[in-house]
Amino acid sequence: MSAQIIPTRTPAETALAEAFAAAKPALPGGAEVAKLREESFAAFHDAGLPHRRVEAWHYTDLRALMREALPIAPLPAAAAIEALRAEFAGPGALAQRLVLVDGAFAPELSDSMPAGVVVRSLASVLAEGRPDLIALLAGQGLGAKDPIAALNAALMQDGVVIEVAPGAQIAEPINLVYATAASAPSACFTRSLIVVGAGASVRLAETSHGKGARRGQTFGCLVVSVGDGAKFDHTAMVTETVAGSVRLETFIAHVGAEAKFDSFALITGGGLVRRQIFMRFDGADSVASLRGVSLLRGREHADTTLFVEHGAPNCSGRETFKYILDEESTGVFQGKIHVAPHAQKTDGKMLSRALLLSDTAAMNNKPELEIFADDVACGHGATCGGLNVDQLFYLQARGLPFAEAESLLLDAFAGELVDEIENEALVAGFRAEIAKWLSARSKG
Amino acid sequence: MLEIKNLNVSIGDRKILNDFNLTVQDGEVAAIMGPNGTGKSTLSYVIAGRKDYTVETGEVFLDGVNLLELEPDVRAAKGLFLAFQYPLEIPGVATLTFLKAALNAQRKQRGEEELSTPDFMKRVKQASDKLGIKSDMLKRALNVGFSGGEKKRMDILQMALLEPSFGILDETDSGLDIDALRVVAEGVNSLRSPKRGFLVITHYQRLLDYIVPDTVHVMAQGQIVRTGGKELALELEKSGYRDYVTEQAVA
Repeated sequence: MSAQIIPTRTPAETALAEAFAAAKPALPGGAEVAKLREESFAAFHDAGLPHRRVEAWHYTDLRALMREALPIAPLPAAAAIEALRAEFAGPGALAQRLVLVDGAFAPELSDSMPAGVVVRSLASVLAEGRPDLIALLAGQGLGAKDPIAALNAALMQDGVVIEVAPGAQIAEPINLVYATAASAPSACFTRSLIVVGAGASVRLAETSHGKGARRGQTFGCLVVSVGDGAKFDHTAMVTETVAGSVRLETFIAHVGAEAKFDSFALITGGGLVRRQIFMRFDGADSVASLRGVSLLRGREHADTTLFVEHGAPNCSGRETFKYILDEESTGVFQGKIHVAPHAQKTDGKMLSRALLLSDTAAMNNKPELEIFADDVACGHGATCGGLNVDQLFYLQARGLPFAEAESLLLDAFAGELVDEIENEALVAGFRAEIAKWLSARSKG
Repeated sequence: MLEIKNLNVSIGDRKILNDFNLTVQDGEVAAIMGPNGTGKSTLSYVIAGRKDYTVETGEVFLDGVNLLELEPDVRAAKGLFLAFQYPLEIPGVATLTFLKAALNAQRKQRGEEELSTPDFMKRVKQASDKLGIKSDMLKRALNVGFSGGEKKRMDILQMALLEPSFGILDETDSGLDIDALRVVAEGVNSLRSPKRGFLVITHYQRLLDYIVPDTVHVMAQGQIVRTGGKELALELEKSGYRDYVTEQAVA
């Protein structure tokens, strides 16, 4: 008799199983996609919600933190789309935008794309069943063992599939905008793909529209395939403002040869956020930079987890993440750099820096290097501490009141990574968001 | 006028300033000389308002205002300026941004209008030209990657812009070559005025060749032990501090 361990299902796990059973007949895609969904859900179901004994989730115990699974958001009503249409017609609306409403692509709110860029909804791509795109969407092995990435693959409702033609040079950013319409707390499962053709250049900027008025659970996944000699720049403004929300994002990136990859994300709080990034250098001589800033207060929890695989020689990776943690917030940084035996001349540097502004804030750092090649330059560093008292005193001695001196130093600490974004408007936008967070702090 | 009366300061169990008394008149340049570890830098930090020290008793008045009750930024707005022995590097804060923030914070504290940007730029240009500070240096992060001489010049530039009524120069000569020393000293000398006093802290006489003091005080074991004119500095250069250091202090 074989002893089988049947773990107790939490209410959230049971609700997710019910949701999948109820939703799957209507989820987009043919038989191949349905098979992918079943396999993915089985992978999630076997593992359950990840908990502290799962190494990759040790510091973000989802089983304990996510007590319930919210119902899947319905397709947005026409009236809700109309209301949003008015908002997007207003001044200051982002140009060249693609809008998802509760996870569903809304072409009526989106702009036409420049020559060289083709956009379709995920639902239509899944229905059409193009094997090359579906293989890319499935992540090609990246993130395959992660239960939350699998849950997203099982339930993916919609999203966008962006194809950038080889050689196309797209000067202005493509804005991927997440809007909400449902008034009741709900969950959405989006998956988007951007395929950057060889030698092409494009920038994708992810933002949320408006202030989420309701609690939500967002299971997002963005898959990027960067062709040989291509340049891909990416920013994400992760600003969830409603307490009790859960946002779990998976970012999968395959980077070709002689490519340039640059990504920055700002997380400013609100409930529980985890961004997990799976990146693989598939071709030689590429350069990638991953950066992020998390500004947390209250009981907010933000986790950034990286898996960077050097699968080709002579690639350079820079991963730099900063945290400012106030009150009772918790920051998590996990980064694993894996260098395959043939990935000689790999140059990898990973750094996590946290400033703790209160005695009750906590930071968890777990950097890891796994190196199987013998001619590489790899390093990692992690620091945790308070603001430098000598610097504070210097600024005060020049006349800046303590709060102002503190804000100036915090702004400089966070802003350093923002300034590396090669787009002035985006730099200004992120800087403004950081300033807003700091000013709310000094008022509080 | 700076008046220090019966100042007793300690860190933990260690007494650093011991019934310290000193008065510096408006327009006077007073030098404090003394061996390492006699409390010279502590004196400057206590006057400027660093929190690491315990002031047991005593008072420090600047133009009649008791500084010890005030936060460091308020002391600065009241006219106190400390030129640091090692000016701090502030990554990510452009020098110009910092200069403007400091100037306007002090003006706000005193109930004055903020400076307009053109007015501010004009003042910065005038002051930085005098000190040979190039405009690209002002765009860089404050003191980051600056040489020792550049950092000191930047501190003097701040003093010129903030126009304090009293300046303390803490070991301004440390880390400077002779050319940089001359530029910094000229900068300080051009700020000398009948209304502005200075306290120059140093352990070498060399600086006082360039910033010629009106009075020289010798400090040992947390006290002024001798006072004289500028010739006292020359005497110390010859004889050293041996006469003023007890065995206890050496230990």
